[in-house]
Amino acid sequence: MDAMQYEAPGSVDEAVALLAAADGAAWVLAGGTDLLVQLRADLIEPGLVVDIKGISELRAITPENGGFRIGAAVTGAELGEHEGVKAVWPGVVEAMELIGSVQIQGRATLGGNLCNASPAADSVPALIAAEALCSVVGPKGRREVAVAEVATGPGETSLGPGEIVVDILLPERPARAADAYLRFIPRTEMDIAVVGVAVSLVLDERGVCAQARVALGAVAPRALLVPEAAAALIGGTVDDDALERLAAAARAACRPIDDMRGTVAYRTKVAGVLARRAAGIALARARSE
Amino acid sequence: MATEVKELKWIGKRPIRPDGVDKVTGRAKFGADLTLPGMLVGKVLRSPHAHARIKSIDTTKARALAGVKAVVTSADLPELASEWVPAGELQINFRDLSSNILARQKVFYDGHAVAAVAATSAALAKQALALIEVDYEVLPHVIDVVAAMQPEAPLLHDDLFTEGVTPTPETPSNIAKRVEFARGDLEAGFAQADAVVERDYTTKPVHQGYIEPHAVVASTSEDGQSEVWCSTQGQFSVRFYIAKLLSMEISQIRVTPSEIGGGFGGKTTVYLEPLAVLLSRQTGRPVKMVMTRAEVFRATGPTSGAALSVKIGATKDGTVTAAEATLRYQAGAFPGSPVQPGAMCAFAPYAFETFKVVGYDVVVNRPKVAAYRAPGSPIAAFGVESALDELAKRLEIDPLALREKNAAREGTHAAYGPRYGPIGFVETLQAVREHPHYQAPLGPNQGRGIASGFWFNIGGESCAMLNVAEDGTVVVVSGNPDIGGSRASLAMMAAEVLGIDFERVRIIVGDTSTIGYTFLTGGSRVTFATGMAVVQAAEDVVRQLRERAAKVWEISADAVIWEDGQAHPAGANAGEFEPLSLRDIAAEAGKTGGPICGNASLNAQGAGPGFGTHICDVEVDKETGRVTILRYTAVQDAGRAVHPSYVEGQLQGGAAQGIGWALNEEYVYDEDGRLQNPGFLDYRVPVASDLPMIEAVIVEVPNPNHPYGVRGVGEVPIVPPMAAVANAIENAIGVRMCDLPMSPPRLLAAIDNGG
Repeated sequence: MDAMQYEAPGSVDEAVALLAAADGAAWVLAGGTDLLVQLRADLIEPGLVVDIKGISELRAITPENGGFRIGAAVTGAELGEHEGVKAVWPGVVEAMELIGSVQIQGRATLGGNLCNASPAADSVPALIAAEALCSVVGPKGRREVAVAEVATGPGETSLGPGEIVVDILLPERPARAADAYLRFIPRTEMDIAVVGVAVSLVLDERGVCAQARVALGAVAPRALLVPEAAAALIGGTVDDDALERLAAAARAACRPIDDMRGTVAYRTKVAGVLARRAAGIALARARSE
Repeated sequence: MATEVKELKWIGKRPIRPDGVDKVTGRAKFGADLTLPGMLVGKVLRSPHAHARIKSIDTTKARALAGVKAVVTSADLPELASEWVPAGELQINFRDLSSNILARQKVFYDGHAVAAVAATSAALAKQALALIEVDYEVLPHVIDVVAAMQPEAPLLHDDLFTEGVTPTPETPSNIAKRVEFARGDLEAGFAQADAVVERDYTTKPVHQGYIEPHAVVASTSEDGQSEVWCSTQGQFSVRFYIAKLLSMEISQIRVTPSEIGGGFGGKTTVYLEPLAVLLSRQTGRPVKMVMTRAEVFRATGPTSGAALSVKIGATKDGTVTAAEATLRYQAGAFPGSPVQPGAMCAFAPYAFETFKVVGYDVVVNRPKVAAYRAPGSPIAAFGVESALDELAKRLEIDPLALREKNAAREGTHAAYGPRYGPIGFVETLQAVREHPHYQAPLGPNQGRGIASGFWFNIGGESCAMLNVAEDGTVVVVSGNPDIGGSRASLAMMAAEVLGIDFERVRIIVGDTSTIGYTFLTGGSRVTFATGMAVVQAAEDVVRQLRERAAKVWEISADAVIWEDGQAHPAGANAGEFEPLSLRDIAAEAGKTGGPICGNASLNAQGAGPGFGTHICDVEVDKETGRVTILRYTAVQDAGRAVHPSYVEGQLQGGAAQGIGWALNEEYVYDEDGRLQNPGFLDYRVPVASDLPMIEAVIVEVPNPNHPYGVRGVGEVPIVPPMAAVANAIENAIGVRMCDLPMSPPRLLAAIDNGG
C-alpha cells in the first residue's frame, strides 16, 4: 500500500508544479472539511495532497475596483467578519456562513466549496447570482472563469490537470443593490442543502427592479442560473404577483433527483417557496440601501 | 425501610460532579484511548448484502499478507444451543448473539459481520479484509415489519416457529413471538363508548446515537487469562457473554469498563469484545478494535421500528371504557424486540378496566435491535398518547383532563399486572396544569401538545464497597459504569450516611475483579439499586466506626451513636467523652482492629415505577413542512432527586432524543437493502440549535422501598415526546401525523393532501 504524500507549498507556482507532476491522483486541500471526510469514507485515495493554506495570497481579501478579490483559502469565519464584503454582498456571505457549524466555519473555504463541486454547495448559487469570476492558475498560466463554469456535475469540474482556483472576484455594486441566499435543511445547522436559492437584484430610483439574477442549488447536477426566474422580477416593483411568477419559474427550472435528502416533488415545491422568500429579503435589503 | 423526614445534608443538593474535570479537559479515558505494547489492530469484514447464504469464505490470501496475524470466521466460535438470558431490559439468546458477531450459514443484514482480522497496522488490516473472498448466494430480503409478517415474505430463519400461539404453527415464519395482555370484555366496553378513535401508526427504527463508537482492547496471555478494556454499560455482562461465546471460565476474564461516551441501552450487548479476545488468543498479542461511525449504524442497535393499531373508546365524561392495541415490532435479524415491555407499557399510565394489547416480535433484514432507553415503551406511547389526544378533541375535553380522569393512582391494578404502590403520575399532570407553559399564548401556525409516559424501572443485583483511608477520606467502589451521573449520586448517598463532606468521598467504577457482581447500568436501576448497596455499605462502615469508638471509650458499641460525622456517647449513662470524628477514628484504626471497609451486596426489590408528562409547543412552516420546537417542558416524578441537576439532565436528554425520533431520525435503505445514511450527516439527531432550552420540572413522590425515596429517572423522559410533538402539530395546523418521522417532506405532503 502506497503512503499518501502531503505537501504544503508556500506559493501558487510551487503548488501548481506539485499538482502537475502528480499525474492524476492529487488533491488540493484547503479547509479539508470535504476532503478529509471523503478520505475517511474511502471515497478517494489521493497519492498526493497539496495543502494551499500556507500560500499567503490565497488567504487574503482585497478590495478591487469597488468589489472584492477573495483568496480561495479564505475561511467562512474570516469572510463573515469582513464588514466590507458583508455590506456589499450580504447574500454571498450568509451562504458561506451557513456551511457546517462554528467549528467548520473556522476551516471551510470559499474556494473549497466551489471546487468540491457538490450540487448542494451553499456558496455557489450565491456566487453565480453575484456573477462572480474566479482566477484559475495552472501549468499554462492564469485564466479568468465565471464561477458558474467551474462545476460541471457532481464532484466534477472544468479545471485541467494542475489547475487551482486561487481567488474569486465579487464585482462592484451600484446603489440599491442587494443579494440574499436561503437554503432548506431539516435541521438548523450541520446539514446539506435540500434546496438553495440565491437572488441578486438592483433597483432603480423608482424602486423598479432593473437587474436580477436567480440561481438554484441542489435541484440539478450543478447549481443553475435561472434567467426566466430573474425575468419575472425585472421591470416591475417585485410585487406579490412577480414573486409568484418567480416561484413558478424557479420550480419550472428544477431538475432534481429523488434521494434520501428530498424527493423531486419536495425539492421543486420548496425551490419556489425559497425563491420567493429570498427575493423578499434581497428586496428589503436593496430598499434599505 | 421508611422514608425519613429529616434534614438531609447532601441529598437534593447540587455538588460538582466527580467526573466533571476529566471530561471537560479531555483527560477522561474512553474505550479507544488505551494503547498496549505490541498491540494489533482488529477489523471486521461486513456483509454487503441484506440477506444471503454464505457458500464459502476463503481467507488464504488475507492470511498470506505480511503483517496479518490472524483471520477468524464463525468456524472459530463454538456452536451454541438456543438459550435466553436476561440482558438489562431485554433478553439475549446466545446462539443468536454468536451468529450476530460472526455470521454462520447466512448473513441477515447489510453490515452483518462475516470475518475479523488482526494485523500490525490499520492499513494492513483494511487490506486484509479486501483479500477475504466470500462467495454469497444473494437471497430475497424484507425490511418492513408488515411485509415480513406476510406468508409469502422472504423467510429469514427456517427454524422459527411463532411462540405464544396455540397450537404452535407447523410452518416457520418471521413472527418470532406473540404476546397478549388483556382484561375485561372489549366488545361491551366499546359498546358503552360515546366516541371511539381507531388509528394505525408507524414508527421508524432509531439508533441510540451514542457519540462514542464501540471500542475494545483485549489481551490474552499464554495461560488463557484474558483482560478486556471496553466501553460498556456492564462489565459483568461483557465478562459473562465472552465466557459463553468463547466457552471460557468466567474467572479467566477480567473486564475493565472505560469511561463511556453514551450508551442509552445500546452498550448492554457485545459486538467486538469476543472477537478481540479471540484474535488476541490466536495471536498472543493485545488486539484493539474500534468501530467506525458507519459500522455503528450498519451493525449495532437500533431500537425497533413498528406498525401499531390503536383503538380507544370513552364516554362523554371522558371515562375510557375500552382500549385495544396491536403492536408489531421489528426485532432485526434475530428474535428479541422489546414488544413485550412495549405491550406492558402501552396502557400502564391509566386505570383502564377493559383492554387488550397484542404484540408481535418480527424478524427482518436489519441489524438486531438493542435496548434503547425504556425499550418498547416510546413506540407504544406514540400510538396511545396520539389516540388519547384525538379522543379528547372528539369529546371536547381538555386532553389533560382526559388523562386526569383515567390516570393510574396508588392501588390501581396496572394493565401489566401488579397493583401500584405510591406513584406520582397524577402529580405530574397537576404540575403541568399549574405550569405557566400550559396557559402561555400561542401565535399563528403554533400549537401545543401534551403526552405522558411510563417506565417500570428495575432493581437487581449490586455490590458496593467503601474503603476508609488513613486520613478519614473515603473511596466508594461501584460496579456500574456511570452513564448518567451515578458516581455523583452514589457518593452523595455515602456522604449522607457517613455525615461527612461530599468532597471527602471519591468514587471509582471497579472492574470485574475488584468489585462483586453488579448487574449492568440500565433499567434506570443504578441510583436505586446500587444506591441502596452504597447506603448499606456506608451503614456497615458506621457500625464499625461505632465499634471502634466504643473500643477507645471502653463502652459497649450499643452505647455509641453516629451523628454529623462523629461518634457520640448515646446518652449520659454511656459516659462523657469528646466526640470522635471519622478522621480521628481512621487515624487510629490500626490500633483498634485494622483498616475499616464496608461492604454490601443485595438484590434490590421494589423499584418505583416512573411517570412523566411533557408539554411541547411547535410552529409549523406550512410551505416547507418544517417544524420548529418553540418551547418544551418535561415533568417527571423522580421519587427523590438525589442530584437534581443530573435528574434535569436526564429529562432534557430523553426529551431531546424523543424529539429527534419524532421529527427526523430514520434509516434509509435502498432497494437492495443497503443502508444509505450510516452517519450523523444524514441520520439526523437534533443538534443543539434545533432545540429550545428544555425545562425540567421534578415532582417528588418518594419510593418507599429506597432509603431516600429514589425512583429511576433515566428512561421515562424519552417516552412522551413523539406523541407530544404530533399532538402539538395537530393543534397548530389541524393535520394528524400518524407516521414517524414527521420530517419536512412527509409533513408537507400531509399538508398538501389536506391532512
